[in-house]
Amino acid sequence: MTHHYREQIKNIASKYGNDRGYLMNIAHDIVNEFGYISDEMVSNLADVLNLPVVQVRDMISFYAFFPRKPLGKNVIRLCNAVIERMKGADEVGKAFEKALGISFGETTKDNLFTLLHTPCIGLSDQAPSALINKIPLTNLKPADVPQIISELKAGKDVSDLPQARVQLNLKKEGEVICAPLDSGTALRNALNMKPEEVIGEINKSRLRGRGGAGFPTAMKWDFCRKQKSPIRYLICNADEGEPGTFKDRVILTEYPDLVFEGMTIAGYAIGAKEGIMYLRGEYAYLLENLEKVLAKRRHLGLLGEHICGREDFNFDIRIQLGAGAYVCGEESALIESAEGKRGAPRDRPPFPVQKGYKGEPTSVNNVETLCCAARILEKGGEWFSKIGTKDSTGTKMLSVSGDCEHPGVYEVEYGITIENLLELVGAKDTQAVQVGGASGKCVAPKDFGRRISFEDLPTGGSIMIFGKNRDLLECMYQFVEFFVEESCGWCVPCRAGTTLLEKKFRQILDGKGTAQSLAELRRIAQTVKSMSRCGLGQTSANPVLTTIYDFADLYAEKIKEENGKLLTFDLQKAMKVGIEASGRTKEGVK
Amino acid sequence: MSKPVIATAHFTGCFGCHMSILDIDERILDLVELVEFNKSPINDIKNFTKPVDIGIIEGGISNDENAEILMEFRKHCKILVAIGACALTGGVPSMRNLVPLKECLEEAYLNGPTVKSENTGIIPNDPDIPVLLDRVYPCHEVVKIDYFLPGCPPSADTIWNALVALLKGEPLNLDYELIKYD
Repeated sequence: MTHHYREQIKNIASKYGNDRGYLMNIAHDIVNEFGYISDEMVSNLADVLNLPVVQVRDMISFYAFFPRKPLGKNVIRLCNAVIERMKGADEVGKAFEKALGISFGETTKDNLFTLLHTPCIGLSDQAPSALINKIPLTNLKPADVPQIISELKAGKDVSDLPQARVQLNLKKEGEVICAPLDSGTALRNALNMKPEEVIGEINKSRLRGRGGAGFPTAMKWDFCRKQKSPIRYLICNADEGEPGTFKDRVILTEYPDLVFEGMTIAGYAIGAKEGIMYLRGEYAYLLENLEKVLAKRRHLGLLGEHICGREDFNFDIRIQLGAGAYVCGEESALIESAEGKRGAPRDRPPFPVQKGYKGEPTSVNNVETLCCAARILEKGGEWFSKIGTKDSTGTKMLSVSGDCEHPGVYEVEYGITIENLLELVGAKDTQAVQVGGASGKCVAPKDFGRRISFEDLPTGGSIMIFGKNRDLLECMYQFVEFFVEESCGWCVPCRAGTTLLEKKFRQILDGKGTAQSLAELRRIAQTVKSMSRCGLGQTSANPVLTTIYDFADLYAEKIKEENGKLLTFDLQKAMKVGIEASGRTKEGVK
Repeated sequence: MSKPVIATAHFTGCFGCHMSILDIDERILDLVELVEFNKSPINDIKNFTKPVDIGIIEGGISNDENAEILMEFRKHCKILVAIGACALTGGVPSMRNLVPLKECLEEAYLNGPTVKSENTGIIPNDPDIPVLLDRVYPCHEVVKIDYFLPGCPPSADTIWNALVALLKGEPLNLDYELIKYD
């Protein structure tokens, strides 16, 4: 057994020049080859790369897509994100369990199937969904399951299944992202200017980062450009892992040229020769087409050496595939991951624009930001700045899912109110709207007049709608559970705090909470928010903090005061072992 | 004006905290002037006879009797103060929490080296003996506790200062020496 993989691991590593910087790719290749990566293989790989074993194991063990034990021939990853469960993912899950005779986390005896759960895979608009052998299946129904299983057993390819179809679901096209582009137009305009002038044009547009934080793009590029270093990098963050976000899926499917054009322009502006697109592992199925587009752009002279005939401008793009870790959407964690390490966020300063990828100045920009940049160079910063509001220019791609008639992606002008948005997507009797994903804000009806914008309600694009019949607090609880799973474990407030929060929240939801528990819940949430090291931890208490006041009634309903007695203590249960061990009968208890 | 009423209880522990209460020495005469004692091992009053202002509890909760009395204290006392390591964390008795209860009992009564001969042991099952709980619980996991005084035991001065502050409704300031444990 040992010999047969030793040689192959050596070959895979040498394909990447035995460079530890490509550890993600090497691990992906090993998993594609063997289906998993065992401790032995890890030691072996560490030998080949001349690294300490713990360093390799540290990295491998971090990612959901690098299993360390053999999985079945077919790996079914059913998405259990909040919206998916609202749309019946649990019933589909039960159907899978019944059809396969195993529970989640298990593999069938014949090693044909492994059944797993996965957080949001960017298909909330066509839920319930699953990845089977990395191919997405959508709009699943429990009745579909037996057929899916029998066809897989018959050796049929997953992509031939009728459910293996991702709908585009682009419901509203705006003028910035969803407009046609003649490849190279924007880039040629940029190359006719000095890099500083390109940044000036972006500055004129007042473009801000689309990932959610809203940092001015021109300022970021300017910082990066001004660093004294011969090498700089441009990274496109295509790791949209925020539950309920799928706008990048649509952009990368429909407008990849625009993204790559934006990346090339950014590369020119900051003075980078290399661009990396960090694509989330869940979107591996988009990889083939993206590579094709890159090849086409190289062929057209829009990428590679001497771009558009310019002797002094070389720039190329590689796609780095992630491996299923939410925290890698955070830019410094993303950089760590792209360097082939575990995706733990870095301390800052230094910021990535100072010391980023491989320690060099790096600009990390969202997919959508780069699209905007390309469009600005095509149509001018002046034109762009007239769209949207004063502090939020341009449009925003929103991923709308949940209780509405038309879930999908909408490109809307910044400044749209929640009320107007709900009308647009056909939502009625809305109890609450989750703006900005699990880490965002739960907005109550009294605030539906608020606007999607950096100055009011910022969002990376996720809009989840909860109808009046939903158990809102259960949905919030599922967000909290999600953060327990995704915490990288580096700092105590987040690692321990998210778990404490989850336990206390569960107690309250189970009707075992007292007024004291509610105060404790608030205190833990506040500690997690203020003491955590990175954005994940700092926002992980938001599902609680943004509902505990605006939806105070829902919490109050769950609280029963029992005159100081704690409902979490069950005396009968605590006595059970003692009674059984001593062989007493009920009557034998005083 | 009637005097504030105090009750005390001892659960699973060593009675050291009650000893520490008695350690207030001659101040016990002042205390008797200040307050009235109700149910307590100190005066051997077995049952509550009136509503209590301050309940002081020592020890962790290891059996059904402990739990029931603690709940009774919660019912009768306006304020509950847990004192000492066992009440706050389970303390030394909670070391048994590392071993499942069934194994503990079997080792003690059936298989241990001090059991006379094989197959003669029996796990005590008289109805008068309280039933051991699956683990030793700190008091605040059973009922709501209003104040905690750490220490093993908290010193007489700590208890005295806390009690006086509570009775006078003043903030509690404890000197560093009183809350330093190493």
